[in-house]
Amino acid sequence: MYKYLFMRRCALFYYYFTVLENCQEVYSGVSDNIVLNMRNIHKRFPGVYALQGVDFTLRAGEIHALMGENGAGKSTLIKVLTGVHPKDEGEISIDDQVVTIHSPQEAQNAGISTVYQEITLCPNLSVAENMYIGRTEGAFQNWKKVNADADKILQSLDIPAKATQQLSSCSIAIQQMVAIARAVDMDCKVLILDEPTSSLDEQEVAKLFKLMRDLKQRGVGIIFVTHFLDQVYEVCDRITVLRDGQLVGEYVIEDLPRVQLVSKMLGKELDDMSDIHGEYQTYEAKEGEAPVFEAAGLASNSGIKPFDFHINKGEVNGFTGLLGSGRSECVRAIFGADRVTHGTVKMNGKDVKISKPIDAMRNGIAYLPEDRKVDGIVGDLSVRDNLILAAQVLKGFFKPFSKAEANKIADEYIKLLSIKTASADTPIKSLSGGNQQKVIVARWLLTHPDYLILDEPTRGIDVGTKVDIQKLVLKLASEGMSVTFISSELDEMLRTCSRLVVMRDLNVVGELTGQDMNQSKVMSTIAGGEKNAE
Amino acid sequence: MQNNKNAGVPAFLGKLVRQQFFIPLTALVLLTLFNLIGDPTFFKITLGANSAGNPVLSGPLISILDNGSELAILAIGMTLVTASARGQDISVGAAVAISGSMLLRMLCGTNSRPDTLQMPIIAAFLIACVVSMLFGAFNGILVAFFKIQPMIATLILYTAGRSIAAWFNNNELPIVKDETFAIFGGLIPGIPIPTPFFIAVLCVIIIMLVLKFTNLRLYTQAVGTNENSARLNGLNPAVIKVMSFVILGLCVAVVGLIKVSRVSSINYSVVAKDIEMDAILAVALGGNSLGGGKFNMGASIMGAYVIQYLTTTLYRYQVSSDALPAYKAVVVIALVVMSAPAVREYFSTLTKKLKVKEVA
Amino acid sequence: MSNNNSSASGSSLGNRIKNMTDTNLLLMITIIIFFLMYLGAMIFLQGGFLRWQTFFNILNNNASLIILSCGLSLVMITGSIDISVGGITALISMCCAVYLDYKGGNVAVSILIALAIGIAFGLFQGLLIAYLDIQPFIVTLAGMFFARGMTTIVNTKPFNVAHEGFVALKNTRINVPGLGFVNPKGIYVDAYVEIGVIVALIVVVVMFCLLRWTKLGREFYAVGGKNESALMLGINVKRTKFLAHLICGLLAGIGGYIYFLHAGNGSALNAAGMEMNAIASSIIGGTMLSGGVGNIGGTFFGVLSFSTIQNIVASVGLDEAWWTGITKAAMLCLFLLIQSIVMARKKK
Repeated sequence: MYKYLFMRRCALFYYYFTVLENCQEVYSGVSDNIVLNMRNIHKRFPGVYALQGVDFTLRAGEIHALMGENGAGKSTLIKVLTGVHPKDEGEISIDDQVVTIHSPQEAQNAGISTVYQEITLCPNLSVAENMYIGRTEGAFQNWKKVNADADKILQSLDIPAKATQQLSSCSIAIQQMVAIARAVDMDCKVLILDEPTSSLDEQEVAKLFKLMRDLKQRGVGIIFVTHFLDQVYEVCDRITVLRDGQLVGEYVIEDLPRVQLVSKMLGKELDDMSDIHGEYQTYEAKEGEAPVFEAAGLASNSGIKPFDFHINKGEVNGFTGLLGSGRSECVRAIFGADRVTHGTVKMNGKDVKISKPIDAMRNGIAYLPEDRKVDGIVGDLSVRDNLILAAQVLKGFFKPFSKAEANKIADEYIKLLSIKTASADTPIKSLSGGNQQKVIVARWLLTHPDYLILDEPTRGIDVGTKVDIQKLVLKLASEGMSVTFISSELDEMLRTCSRLVVMRDLNVVGELTGQDMNQSKVMSTIAGGEKNAE
Repeated sequence: MQNNKNAGVPAFLGKLVRQQFFIPLTALVLLTLFNLIGDPTFFKITLGANSAGNPVLSGPLISILDNGSELAILAIGMTLVTASARGQDISVGAAVAISGSMLLRMLCGTNSRPDTLQMPIIAAFLIACVVSMLFGAFNGILVAFFKIQPMIATLILYTAGRSIAAWFNNNELPIVKDETFAIFGGLIPGIPIPTPFFIAVLCVIIIMLVLKFTNLRLYTQAVGTNENSARLNGLNPAVIKVMSFVILGLCVAVVGLIKVSRVSSINYSVVAKDIEMDAILAVALGGNSLGGGKFNMGASIMGAYVIQYLTTTLYRYQVSSDALPAYKAVVVIALVVMSAPAVREYFSTLTKKLKVKEVA
Repeated sequence: MSNNNSSASGSSLGNRIKNMTDTNLLLMITIIIFFLMYLGAMIFLQGGFLRWQTFFNILNNNASLIILSCGLSLVMITGSIDISVGGITALISMCCAVYLDYKGGNVAVSILIALAIGIAFGLFQGLLIAYLDIQPFIVTLAGMFFARGMTTIVNTKPFNVAHEGFVALKNTRINVPGLGFVNPKGIYVDAYVEIGVIVALIVVVVMFCLLRWTKLGREFYAVGGKNESALMLGINVKRTKFLAHLICGLLAGIGGYIYFLHAGNGSALNAAGMEMNAIASSIIGGTMLSGGVGNIGGTFFGVLSFSTIQNIVASVGLDEAWWTGITKAAMLCLFLLIQSIVMARKKK
């Protein structure tokens, strides 16, 4: 049963799987010379004890996964190592030499190069400059050499970008590849990859893994942080697990099956998720009832091709497709977040016009955006203000919630969704990712929508919260709410949705229900039918 | 018990230091101490009579209330603009000149020195308000729809404002002879406290009511903190930004009325000169981030009066009005350095270390 | 192979503009508009605009503004701002004037004084902004207040400097052969530039090279483009910010002295509003206040455009005082709108 549970092999990673299985023999024995040694690291932030005596050991020529839930201290550990945050206590040694690292610059000099989850490049500079700035000798910029060198690396890594191109004109995935190219090109002893795969598609991930194996051969120690368990078992040699700022343990990958890894990360046995459907009654739609939402020929200025779509009362459906296939663009068009250029929309059988978010909200649509940090939270404001925002806007400018009302609502929803926060006054940005997401979900529940759109509600949050959110979706649907649920992890969608809309290249290419909803069918539809599971 | 008390005081101090009111409050206390030691007569208020025989209070404190009020009114608008647009309006001085000029133009008509008013004061003031709000909207539209940084967008009006003001009146200097007009910048007969203070109090009450009974605060802060998110929650960030600039325009019109009323005329190149800097300073001194987002209106208004307090104190020490900025600069730097996070952190670790030593 | 592909697709003008870096695109717009404006003036207004000397006079009158604008472009590229340069200029002119007037000082020493004042301001402001992380607007606002106030404290009344060596330097003209004109009396007059222009041109070239060809220069762009990224890329962000302000201070010192050399007097009213002119020129030259985008070449043309428009307004006959202010503002507005529209188009 567990085997099924944790088979998080989703469509995105399907192709490289078979290819890479052949590479297994290349693995050389992990050498025992320790390149990085962190001992008893402590780090306190105001109000948070982020790292409590964590040890971490990295050997030359190994890929070492650093695992833990959100808020476990992975990012903090990495930021301490790279000199972004000073450590309060502890010792870091590289090649048996004790070092103190005060800045990312010093980390680079000490042979540590890093790729962060957020792209840490300068959008206004050229691709080549981004690859070389801050790490070359001499006072002058040799453009010819820089451009030539960069082009060479870009070509060798198959990155479709030109050295002289301004970085902001590249797609996010290419920007991430450039960041990786930069890190790889440095003569480093330690390479840190902090969730580098979240914006890459399956081919790019495969490329990255090949690169990581090459570097491993050359004796580089790689620290790999990811939320995708598949990827861990794909490339890693060892796993270090953190929980709540403390070290749980270091394991050789063969000794730690997935089930145990997850239970170590969570500190408990995982809920049985295989059967979450059964807990809730499926809402029975009445005969002849008009769909809650119906769109014909909808298109927006994001480039999405006109599509038809409908959702019934109490239904959970999903948009699936590769990254960039247009699944987010579809729901943005539905909500009026992008400028709608074509199409007609009906709610409960009546024609309505949705040209901006407030129109959608007035018609009972709620939308949880894909990028929580950029589009979701209002960072500096309190949890309470973030909670009531949408409901407040709907209520109107001249009718603010009274203080007592706002407090009551905040307390109620904090309890209802078990949001972990010091108080309702805490700025939302100091919450962990999963709890931030819960606040955003609560914000929309507060508007009592008929139709709830959740775009990647489970991305970048811990496993426990993921399950909570999926359960919530089914519960809401059983109460008669229509829900669109989008996730990069196909398992999640198959588990929660009763109908899947499949997207490819900004087009709707298919719709799957009932028996058709299985991995191979979905993947073949995504791939365009001609590509069967070889 | 003793121990508890000892532990409580630094904790309380630490809490105080983190409060937004800390900076203006400290400045206020320091200035008061300085004056108490240097020249206690600073706090003397005398009741006299002006040339018309009306009672009038005079003394440095009264002049702070009088002149600080203009600043306080501007600080209200500037706080909102700062919060929503994540930048400052540097054209308010020029805009005061425009609205003052418009007011005079309406009151005096084409004849620049009429014996009677050409229009009721209230009508002229309303027209000036509209003009001022239109200029505010112009700034707001540049910022909100054309995505130009506020400081740069308002640089346009900053450059042109005084010229436009002169243009309205053909560069003539109209003079209002009506006595009721002088009330707004002077005294209401029988009440010895300067009118501008009452106008400021009125403005503060209005804005506090607006903040309480509308969502202005939430909307402005949301737009200033995360525009994308605000939009996806049904707000229209552009409209809210323009609105904050229009509110600032209204504040400017009120200040224009006071300024013009004080002298019953106008000097286009000098009126409200550098007041934009003081207004921005008031916002910063109130502990508000000039980067937008959260704001504290009360602290801004307090900041405005603190700046006037400083100005008045310096005048008392025979500092000429031209040299005044130099001293102001020193005080400002001292204050912002004190409140800089890096410095605060340093001091808090220092006090912690001291505490540890005491325990040992 | 890939090169071939991209050059083929980049053949149309629209694509070429799309592939341009922001900096180059804005630079191109500035230069085109300047030449169109000047050409227009030559065709429709003729008169003085046909003479080289008119152009040189624009340079002569604005040498100091060019230098100050270079400094401002630098801090703006770094994502910061400096509104103290006008005040520093006034302070320098007053201090040097007083020094030269007092029992005849030495011109060389007066230059050192100017540089020292500029550097001192740059140093102090840079420290506060970069290392204490105080908002640059507030710090340099205080700097402006301080400089303006100090100017009156040093000396209240404006006065002309009569120091011989200084006056000789002030009146030094460098003839530009072949570009002169025949005056109404039929005598050929050589076109000339003042020393300040030479200094300004040197500054422009040096700053251009600094920003284009040195690592430090590119770091300014990186820091302005995205602060946090620059830090992660291993750039010492604080030091870079500090250096930007230090160099800006130094340039304010040089520019201040050139202003003094051109004006020949010390006065508290000197260089009034010059910081705003410098900021406006930088913007017209394609520097964005948000940071990371800008070019010293553009700044140079920005100053020229900004001054040419004033000349044009004057020669059209709109000589009431307020027209200058209004046209300057209108021009700034125009450029801002062009920039905003072009950048928005490009994003699509």
